Amino acid sequence: MEKVEKANAERYVQLENVDMTFTTKKGAFNALKKINLSIKEGEFISIIGHSGCGKSTVLNLIAGLLQPTEGLLFCAGREISGPGPERAVVFQNHSLLPWLTCFENVYLAVERVFGSRHGSETRESKAQLEARTHAAIELVGLSHSKDKRPNEISGGMKQRVGIARALAMEPKVLLLDEPFGALDALTRANLQDELMKIMAKSGCTAVMVTHDVDEAILLSDRVVMMTNGPSAGIGEILEVNLGRPRARLALAEDSDYNHLRSEVLRFLYERHAQKAA
Amino acid sequence: MTAISISNGAAMANTTSNQVTTKEVASNNEVVAINEVTKQESSHIGLQVRSFFKWILPPMFGILMLLAIWTLISHQTPSLPGPLKTWHSAVELFSDPFYDHGPNDKGVGWNILASLQRVALGFGLAALVGIPMGFIIGRFEFVARMCAPVISLLRPVSPLAWLPIGLLVFKAANPAAIWVIFISAVWPMIINTAVGVSKVPQDYMNVAKVLNLSEWKIVTKILFPFVLPYMMTGVRLSIGVAWLVIVAAEMLTGGVGIGFWVWDEWNNLNVEHIIIAIFVVGIVGLLLEFVLTQIAKRFSYE
Repeated sequence: MEKVEKANAERYVQLENVDMTFTTKKGAFNALKKINLSIKEGEFISIIGHSGCGKSTVLNLIAGLLQPTEGLLFCAGREISGPGPERAVVFQNHSLLPWLTCFENVYLAVERVFGSRHGSETRESKAQLEARTHAAIELVGLSHSKDKRPNEISGGMKQRVGIARALAMEPKVLLLDEPFGALDALTRANLQDELMKIMAKSGCTAVMVTHDVDEAILLSDRVVMMTNGPSAGIGEILEVNLGRPRARLALAEDSDYNHLRSEVLRFLYERHAQKAA
Repeated sequence: MTAISISNGAAMANTTSNQVTTKEVASNNEVVAINEVTKQESSHIGLQVRSFFKWILPPMFGILMLLAIWTLISHQTPSLPGPLKTWHSAVELFSDPFYDHGPNDKGVGWNILASLQRVALGFGLAALVGIPMGFIIGRFEFVARMCAPVISLLRPVSPLAWLPIGLLVFKAANPAAIWVIFISAVWPMIINTAVGVSKVPQDYMNVAKVLNLSEWKIVTKILFPFVLPYMMTGVRLSIGVAWLVIVAAEMLTGGVGIGFWVWDEWNNLNVEHIIIAIFVVGIVGLLLEFVLTQIAKRFSYE
């Protein structure tokens, strides 16, 4: 029994021979070919690659928003058959509902996960649900603007709410789809630091899609580098053996860090350089 | 080394003297600025007056032109009363809008209210049917494809073509008129609501999927707030059509109502009253539109 659980922890999220073909107006488009990937419990994985290589497709497959044409996906020993709150997604464009306040946006998620009966678990009271929501908003440091609507706060704040919404669901896996892609460099650095702290606290498994080399190395335990599409696959997987907690400034002069960084850059710009678009 | 420090010192002195001059200039500027503020204030009022006239003049000209053309035509056609004559008649008419001398001779107020009641009923029923149907059509591809030919076929039919069917089925004039309102008002609401639902961003639907929201929550928390502006457009178009159709329908069905009143006054050859009715219909339509626009604004989340 213990062995099975250990195996599950080693292969917490598992992609087996995953193929993804989209039917478009121009015919079938093979986006992903034979993707095999195992993610350990509590691990932070980044998927990096040129745009259009299908990295978001991998994320959407794990989220259950897409069904693979072939192959199997597992999460915590169960086959992924559709989207579910145990695999929370932080969307690139935050995807907050503009008619709800920040609090209400997070509450919607909390209410769904903890406000209804699941098997033997009892449903939580309204006060408990609100406490959870407050805690999640507190975690991303937005208590002061919890009653504001998304269009009244900055892009960085919106993304914080998006992260709070995802974390409030207490997911087994946190999926981040270019979470900071639309933010300016300073805000991005800030949020990366905060995300690192939050992930250290929660210890949950995370998969992040990014096109930012520094972001990938700074946050991850492993960086998955994808080859260019169509029929994209996993080119290389880079182990990031840097101790935690990681400090941005110290790393900038760290030789290991710079070595890893040049490894990724070499992969992206030498071996799999994108043809001029 | 010393040379540098000296030159630095000179530079420092330079900047201080510069500061002094800027201060003087600043204080001079302040005086000028105060003068300018008073000037600006008076010119600001002038600007307001000017923009007010700019805003009010074109519509005023438009109405004056209408009155001029009307006067011109009434001079050419002796049977058509001019604006002044119509105005006097209107003053007399609206001095007692709610008299009741039997079923065929009621005040104009009663007639307007009767028409409004029919519109409210027909329009209300259309909203009750059209909005949920729009949601279902927008939400389910299958239903959309199923309804598309029926809607395309029935929508361009003139509302009055439905009147005989109404008379046949309901065997009474009043329900038939309401039926005509219903059938003409229902299409814009169905179509606009369906378009709104089909335009819900995939991102929001992905959120719904990831959160595993129930269909009820999807409707109340995502679809309804998003679709509301589209729906209100449909509602506004519908009420416009309904008010347009009521006059024609009542002309045919008779009874009490602004449409029938127009026909009645035509039979009496009271042309002033017909013109008054035209204005009344126009103004009531305008008010209905205005009220709905205000409601739509209240419900908009932006």
